[in-house]
Amino acid sequence: MKGNKVILVTALALISLSVVVWAPFVGMEKISPGAVLRGQVDEIKADIFWRIRIPRVTAAFCAGAALALSGMAFQAMFRNPLATPFTLGVSSGAAFGATLYLVTGMGFSLLFISGQSLSALAWAVISILLVYGLTRARKGFSTATMLIAGVAVNFFFSSVILFMQYISDFTNSFRIIRWLMGGFEIAGFRSVFSLLPFVLIGGIIVFAHVNELNLMTAGEDIALSRGVNVKRTRTLLFFATSMMVGGVVSLCGPIAFIGMMAPHICRLIVGSNHRYLSPASFIFGGAFLVFCDTWSRTLIAPAEIPVGVITSLLGGPFFLGLLLSGLSEYSFLKNRG
Amino acid sequence: MNKILLAVEDLYCAIGGREILRALSFTVRESEYLSLIGPNGAGKTTLLRCIMRIVPFQGGAISLLDMPLEGYSQKKLARYLSYVPQSEDRYLPFTVEEFVMMGRYPHLSPFSTPRTEDREAVESALRMTETAPLAQRKFHTLSGGEKQMAFIAAALSQQPRLLLLDEPTTFLDPRHAEKIHRLLRGINRRLNIAILSVTHDINNAVLLGDRVLILKEGGVKYCGAAGSVMQGGLLEETYDKTFSYTRHPQTGERIIVPDVINHEG
Repeated sequence: MKGNKVILVTALALISLSVVVWAPFVGMEKISPGAVLRGQVDEIKADIFWRIRIPRVTAAFCAGAALALSGMAFQAMFRNPLATPFTLGVSSGAAFGATLYLVTGMGFSLLFISGQSLSALAWAVISILLVYGLTRARKGFSTATMLIAGVAVNFFFSSVILFMQYISDFTNSFRIIRWLMGGFEIAGFRSVFSLLPFVLIGGIIVFAHVNELNLMTAGEDIALSRGVNVKRTRTLLFFATSMMVGGVVSLCGPIAFIGMMAPHICRLIVGSNHRYLSPASFIFGGAFLVFCDTWSRTLIAPAEIPVGVITSLLGGPFFLGLLLSGLSEYSFLKNRG
Repeated sequence: MNKILLAVEDLYCAIGGREILRALSFTVRESEYLSLIGPNGAGKTTLLRCIMRIVPFQGGAISLLDMPLEGYSQKKLARYLSYVPQSEDRYLPFTVEEFVMMGRYPHLSPFSTPRTEDREAVESALRMTETAPLAQRKFHTLSGGEKQMAFIAAALSQQPRLLLLDEPTTFLDPRHAEKIHRLLRGINRRLNIAILSVTHDINNAVLLGDRVLILKEGGVKYCGAAGSVMQGGLLEETYDKTFSYTRHPQTGERIIVPDVINHEG
């Protein structure tokens, strides 16, 4: 049984990694793997490959992995498959933080982490607390309260972003719009490096809590009676997801639904034990976003479809399917908080 | 007489401004079976949840082995206490074995994978609760009785000194209820684990318990020998109703029989 899961996760990882390896060779400019290996590509192609595609794929992988892991942690903590940073408005909180930074044009950074990311992180934390508080205000969790709280937070931040965009000049306004659609076309190695600390720290915190996540899925009372310090765990995990969501959103905009789709698909394949689900979601989420991003730059090449548009087109129906299948009611929700 | 395991002193607990428990004191001794009965809303569940630190209490003290609860981390507390909540329609996306293994959490250090002793504890918990054949089954495919057994197995794999149970047999048919009663008795007598079990089944509370604790309106109405519960109008005062008694055909102990409801007029 346990061996089976290890095999499943490994197989999923291999398929996912092959997508990641394949991605940089695809695009307007055909680049063959053999030629790259032998070093027989001309300078332009080599530049495209090493300085554009490799960093772009790396950034997309990190972002997808971080979003999937955040989604998974949210699903466990809220005990609901529909709960993700995006559906609960945490992404828009982070987006608000990043936009605020863009518009006000403050220019601070901490070490080599950009101020935009820090601002996104701070507002991600604030919106998590807001949603969590709103959900808890009524006793226990219910899908309805939770989603309504998420919608409220989403609307609030979205309209403030719209307002900020409205009052900013044309260039800024366009930058905000394009960035809100989500995308990786700006990605160079610098952006990968600025994303990496967020993904690493957040990821390590989540991976260190697989046992706690399992127990919290079973219910807060069960988690406590098995000895989980629920408050501390929740605080740490909220911080970790804020890091990841803040980092990703400030770099490439609020990319929708990856955090819901990837962990859920993995749940169907490897089950709900977070010891296996976490690595699976991480790798599959990364590869999934790389896959979507590859589409985004090839479907109507030379033009690009923002990757956020693609994930939304896939995610919308997926979300509805989950809602209509009754799985959300049937799963974690009948428990008391 | 055994050492005092858990002492509750002058406990006060309010939830959302409503007073649930007040001036509540009692003790649980090592390896004793203490049945907890009382009318609906008397605070039985809240008491268990205060002890397990699931809900906070505002006054008084609970101490475990002469040390106040505040001195324990949640993890350390879980090495002494384990809790089986009221059975409800709870969806668990795990197999029985996975869930029972999660009972080993307080004995694991972060990142560590289960050791031999963890596997042995899980195996013996599965065996004792007769859930070993269900080990690979998904939780939501189990019947009510099987679920309850699996919950007890998970609490057992934790290897506590005191097991708290909230109405473990309420929704079960007589055969499954009896299985649970035998199991609890076995856990208590063979493993020397103390038991504090909430129930509405007064007969079994008295037949199984070494002592019985009766709560009414958030306070202790009675705490003492099981044999005296059925005497002196204690139950009548507790439940504000009359009871009919008879003698158990095998042991001669006083037990309650259902009242005959007359439809006159």
